[in-house]
Amino acid sequence: MTTFTTDTPLRRAHVEPAAFNQIALAHGGGGQLTDVLLNSTVLPRLDNTILSDLLDAGVIGQRIGALALTIDSYVVEPLFFPGGDIGRLAICGTVNDLAVSGARPLGVALAMILCEGLPRAVLERVLDSIRAAAAEAEVHVVTGDTKVIERGDAAGIYLTTAGVGRIPPGRRLHPEHVQPGDVLIVNGPIGEHGLAVMLAREMPEVKSVLRSDAAPLAGLVGLLLRRVPEVVFMRDPTRGGLAGVAADLAARCGWHVALEESHIPIRPEARHAAEMLGLDPLDIANEGKVLVVVRPRDEAAALEALRAHPLGRAACVIGRVEDNRDGRCELYTTIGGRRIVQKPYGEQLPRIC
Amino acid sequence: MCLAVPALLVELNGEEGLADLHGNRLPVNTQLVPGARPGDWLLIHAGFAIGRLDEEEARETFAVLAELQAAQRAAAPEQADSARQEAPP
Amino acid sequence: MNPPEHDVRKSLERLAAATKGGRELAFMEVCGTHTTAAFRCGLPSVLPRHVKLISGPGCPVCVTAQQDIDLLVEAAGRQGVTLCTYGDMIRVPGRRGSLQEARGRGARVHVVYSAMDAVALAQAHVDRQVVFAAVGFETTAPATAAAVQAARRRGLTNFTVLNSHKRIVPAMQALLERGAKMKDGLGIDGFVCPGHVSVIIGARAYLPLARDYAAPCVISGFEPWQMISALARLAELAQSGRAEVINEYPEVVSPDGNRAAQKLLDEVFQPAETRWRGLGLIAQSAWVLRPAWREFDAQVRFGLTPPEDCEPKACLCGKVISGLALPTDCSLFGRSCTPLQPVGPCMVSSEGTCAAWFKYSWRQAPHRPLPILAGASP
Repeated sequence: MTTFTTDTPLRRAHVEPAAFNQIALAHGGGGQLTDVLLNSTVLPRLDNTILSDLLDAGVIGQRIGALALTIDSYVVEPLFFPGGDIGRLAICGTVNDLAVSGARPLGVALAMILCEGLPRAVLERVLDSIRAAAAEAEVHVVTGDTKVIERGDAAGIYLTTAGVGRIPPGRRLHPEHVQPGDVLIVNGPIGEHGLAVMLAREMPEVKSVLRSDAAPLAGLVGLLLRRVPEVVFMRDPTRGGLAGVAADLAARCGWHVALEESHIPIRPEARHAAEMLGLDPLDIANEGKVLVVVRPRDEAAALEALRAHPLGRAACVIGRVEDNRDGRCELYTTIGGRRIVQKPYGEQLPRIC
Repeated sequence: MCLAVPALLVELNGEEGLADLHGNRLPVNTQLVPGARPGDWLLIHAGFAIGRLDEEEARETFAVLAELQAAQRAAAPEQADSARQEAPP
Repeated sequence: MNPPEHDVRKSLERLAAATKGGRELAFMEVCGTHTTAAFRCGLPSVLPRHVKLISGPGCPVCVTAQQDIDLLVEAAGRQGVTLCTYGDMIRVPGRRGSLQEARGRGARVHVVYSAMDAVALAQAHVDRQVVFAAVGFETTAPATAAAVQAARRRGLTNFTVLNSHKRIVPAMQALLERGAKMKDGLGIDGFVCPGHVSVIIGARAYLPLARDYAAPCVISGFEPWQMISALARLAELAQSGRAEVINEYPEVVSPDGNRAAQKLLDEVFQPAETRWRGLGLIAQSAWVLRPAWREFDAQVRFGLTPPEDCEPKACLCGKVISGLALPTDCSLFGRSCTPLQPVGPCMVSSEGTCAAWFKYSWRQAPHRPLPILAGASP
């Protein structure tokens, strides 16, 4: 999960931010409406040089050995879905935000908001999943908090996890280091988490082999960074999907990012489910994927390192940074066409038309 | 408008069936395609089968495409068209 | 059904050959799924310069009149009502906001995938009045008809529909009719006909367009290569001055369409005049409930009267879906009208012409060679 994100193409297109008087569901969709919310309410009030970097984790304590700090809240319906549940998500999301910031996770803090009436068995199942995911990520939940709210229209459990990780001296992953020629790599097929959850929520009658890809990436990313210490930048394409992170990368580094559609891995069942729901696979959330930017000379080594890990077997190059200062992301399509890639707008809804 | 996807009918119970494509199994109502049987390829829109994929026709499409290409090489593309066009009365 | 790459290239070569040295040609598709498919694969960027693909009034969300949206929002706000809608409609703004905003104010708004889901919801919650937002063209309307019949069979008295189903051919006819009255005409050289509507209505339904208005019609599937092939065919027809209907999607489209679906439509609905966003009133262009099914009409059940229709000022959507203006010709486009804050109908749905332009090609990109990706493919 991305802590705070921004989207400069919005401003580039001279679009006035959508005025709002009340929060809509789409403000939490991780798309352009989320940016509007952050840019117009949160950032003006809480801004500082670390927060305004708007990366997956804030880097603090540079003088004493850099630490990465991140926090995320998890609201998911249903609580349990094929391939995961809210507990696994809460650990993976936070660990992954640390990992893609180049940090080795040290510990996680967990806050639970439980709804009155929640069955004990449900809570235990979520906690067991948290324990299992934390073990997979080699991290401990070291502190926590619990509150109970009156039963409402609530799903039952909301989780917030904060994580802290250590960044080795000298490492600084930042989009401003990205240069023309750099190579974009993804560690496997996209779209599976968002589709699995959406099918479970919106079309529970559909039985699918699709499973969420939720997985802690600390091991994979650790292996990559040991083999290729010069990784330029990483980001996990969660809400907003690959489109969101690629468009954001282009906007922040200022260069043209070219994605090659035929190289972007998507399983047939995911492609079909996206088609059925009327969604663009590029816009759909992942919870076990990372977009890695490396120098061209590191391409082969990075692919080899990623493919050596179970979570990176299908790693492949999906695009390049081009020598054109337009700050845009473009998709080169399978028919030889081109089109702009933008961050999606708000919540993803199935459509039939 | 009108997103529709093809899928294979794998189960049928009265009008209610189950269709599969790439491991996504969705319930479909088949009342608009009377006579649909498991093993049929159906076109699914908003929970309803709206048509049956005609394998003969599908083969014909590709055959006609190949024919067209051949015809194009012979610089007479129009002649291949006549197979499937309807002239206005 | 993905053909080898050379089929795309062959079709493009055919298109180029058919248009070489000729005048500028403009073809219109009238299907939001065609719009989305075309933009998603970057189709405009590979077409020859003198071939234009225009998106007509084919997105049912976009052409639903503002007054109909207002009715939905009003119905959703009624005590005891659960409003069921396809996901497409939820963000569309009326004068009192969208269904999404109504939900934010506490209205019960459910997204359903099938009309039957709404019937099932009504059956499971007899204490609620379930209102189904019935939008769409002939592809979707039979599902509504089936739902209404199922509700009667099950004796449900808490299921109604707010109906704005539409018929595509009268709209195409209206465009040609109006175009014929204009000095320079509409400038449409033919139609890429909607593949899935055609599954229901059949290929013959377009014959009047070819016969009475000399408009070539080619029925197309939704794969990029199918659309390119349809454009090539249209270009060939247009250049040789032949107004014909050609079915390039015969694997699912038959000459007469789906008779079972047509019968069901006829049992429950009858054609009537209705208002389209951007196009105004069009005769025979709606499917309205027959008198025998009035008990399922939410307008009757709840005494809802449509408010006066008013369309946003300065919005060019009517011209855009008539093929008379490009989204970028509109002074609102990308300024006060964006997907985040849509003003006009073409921006409200992700399938709308303006939304697709905004999302996928806010400027027409110049042709450039593809980047060469060395190394690994998946």
